[in-house]
Amino acid sequence: MAKKAKNVVVDSEKQFDAIRKEFQTFQILNEKGEVVNEDAMPSLSDEELKELMRRMVFTRVLDQRSISLNRQGRLGFYAPTAGQEASQIASHFALEKEDFILPGYRDIPQLVWHGLPLYQAFLYSRGHFHGNQMPEDVNAFSPQIIIGAQYVQAAGVALGLKKRGKKAVAVTYTGDGGTSQGDFYEGINFAGAFKAPAIFIVQNNRFAISTPVEVQTSAETLAQKAVAAGIPGIQVDGMDPLAVYAAVKEARERAINGEGPTLIETLCYRYGPHTMAGDDPTRYRAKELDDEWEAKDPLVRFRNFLQAKGLWSEEEENEVIEKAKEDIKEAIKKADETPKQKVTDLINIMFEEGSWPYNLKEQYEIYKEKESK
Amino acid sequence: MAQMTMIQAITDALRTELKNDENVLVFGEDVGVNGGVFRATEGLQKEFGPDRVFDTPLAESGIGGLAIGLSTQGFRPVAEIQFFGFVYEVMDSISGQMARLRYRSGGRWHAPITIRSPFGGGVHTPELHGDSLEGLMAQQPGLKVVIPSTPYDAKGLLISAIRDNDPVIFLEHMKLYRSFRDEVPEEEYTIPIGKADIKREGKDISIITYGAMVHESLKAADELEKEGFSAEVIDLRTVSPLDIETIIASVEKTNRAIVVQEAQKQAGIAANVVAEINERAILSLEAPVFRVAAPDTVYPFSQAEDVWLPNYKDIVETAKKALNF
Repeated sequence: MAKKAKNVVVDSEKQFDAIRKEFQTFQILNEKGEVVNEDAMPSLSDEELKELMRRMVFTRVLDQRSISLNRQGRLGFYAPTAGQEASQIASHFALEKEDFILPGYRDIPQLVWHGLPLYQAFLYSRGHFHGNQMPEDVNAFSPQIIIGAQYVQAAGVALGLKKRGKKAVAVTYTGDGGTSQGDFYEGINFAGAFKAPAIFIVQNNRFAISTPVEVQTSAETLAQKAVAAGIPGIQVDGMDPLAVYAAVKEARERAINGEGPTLIETLCYRYGPHTMAGDDPTRYRAKELDDEWEAKDPLVRFRNFLQAKGLWSEEEENEVIEKAKEDIKEAIKKADETPKQKVTDLINIMFEEGSWPYNLKEQYEIYKEKESK
Repeated sequence: MAQMTMIQAITDALRTELKNDENVLVFGEDVGVNGGVFRATEGLQKEFGPDRVFDTPLAESGIGGLAIGLSTQGFRPVAEIQFFGFVYEVMDSISGQMARLRYRSGGRWHAPITIRSPFGGGVHTPELHGDSLEGLMAQQPGLKVVIPSTPYDAKGLLISAIRDNDPVIFLEHMKLYRSFRDEVPEEEYTIPIGKADIKREGKDISIITYGAMVHESLKAADELEKEGFSAEVIDLRTVSPLDIETIIASVEKTNRAIVVQEAQKQAGIAANVVAEINERAILSLEAPVFRVAAPDTVYPFSQAEDVWLPNYKDIVETAKKALNF
């Protein structure tokens, strides 16, 4: 058989090799919690390192409790977060209060750490609009349901921050599936074209519901998609809190220095189902793969790292766990006490007060009557 | 007063609001140096600078997302979608996102966004340029949909749209851009959104319409007058929400009505007007409320356009059907 003629116009192997070389996974802590990249170590104080651990532990408890509350029928829509703490919490840890977050529906923890009261996060899950009402000092949208829609909006928020001369960034999150959406490309391209201070984070947890990332794209990394938009991109070990933190911190500095957006892919895994609404991961994920990823757990890794430095003890961890349980209990109580959602409330928030059209005015009266019974 | 075409009135409204409010931003595809493909933004980038009047990359969903994001920072975005047939590319940003922003956030955020876009048939455009898609927009709660028929209305309504604190879809019929001039005050004025205008008073039948069909309806009213019928022509100006008071008062006066739209007959604005009249004034009616509309095909290739589009003869014929019922 004749040898296949080598392509003379495009040397695809050479292209792919170059991309592979440029987009290697960035790591600081290995799976055992040992520092493997001393040069990249972020300058965090001991207290800051402990705070990052506290937040990750708290978030793990929040996830466990949310799942159990959902099973008891005390929460509604919920997308589990365990396995993604380093990607979610360490990325948020690199932000400032004035930064603006555009989350996806799994990104409730970042909202909570940005200032959304926990009882409101529970109200969101229960389908009450107060769950979406960010307090005045919380710069964030409520969770986006349409995959990728937050990416184009992040470009707009970032351009607005730039026009106002604010030293702040817009940070948005999606998953591996989100990178297939048109809005993903439009968002990173717009932000690049306007040199807008945005950070686009892709939490690549390997599955878009059931579809594995290999079916999603031929691209070997999702970070390399940054090249098409002419912006920097990096693939990070998303189970390594220090690597995620360092990558976001640097991206933020670039952004507020006028150097434009960055795309960050974090390699992570969701231990649980896609959502609590009937998804069964055993239909599409092998147990071996679950085990392989649980061995990379961000909490285990970071605990080992802190303990080796003498910064963390079992007692401290238990304190955080107890505090989390207490906070969750109180938040559920407060959520229970919140008056039930009414249709008349919703009619009131369709348009600016005083500019309600005739149909809503009429329907308001009808539902006021219905709801008074 | 100056004599202006509709396109000049639109530019004048944009200039007025760019001057009045430094938070107003005008952007879209080719709106900068080029002044827009119809020259609606002619000279604005030069006058107000590229920070406030600027070109975007070519992606409609991106334009919609940009507008939403900018609104969180206190800006008042006026975005152009180059032709309204391209709206399908930005349906999520409009219907899925900006229309729901106030509602979704419980009032924490809102979207004071105006989407301007040329639409409408009769000018032999390629596919997906001329379609009348206002019905799609009117079905979405949270949006206001405005369609002016004269240069005077265009300026006053566009200023109102830009000042509105909720999203407004502002549709500009391409055939009306330069087809005639109108007296347009050089100073600023507003026309309230949601208020129809009686373009011609009459007592025998109400012709309820909007956009380019206002002019066909006025022509039809002239013809009907020759035959002894007095037709009232109501220009809705805002198709969502409807000015229900003006519509019902007119129908109660004339006892007969037809509704004229350039869009296909299925669903749409006319169907909604008929339903509202049925619910509110059926006992005033002496005849069914008929519709004049385009056939339920995809917008035609341009060679068939002139027959496909409703015209004054269709309106006269249908009006007589109601008058002689």
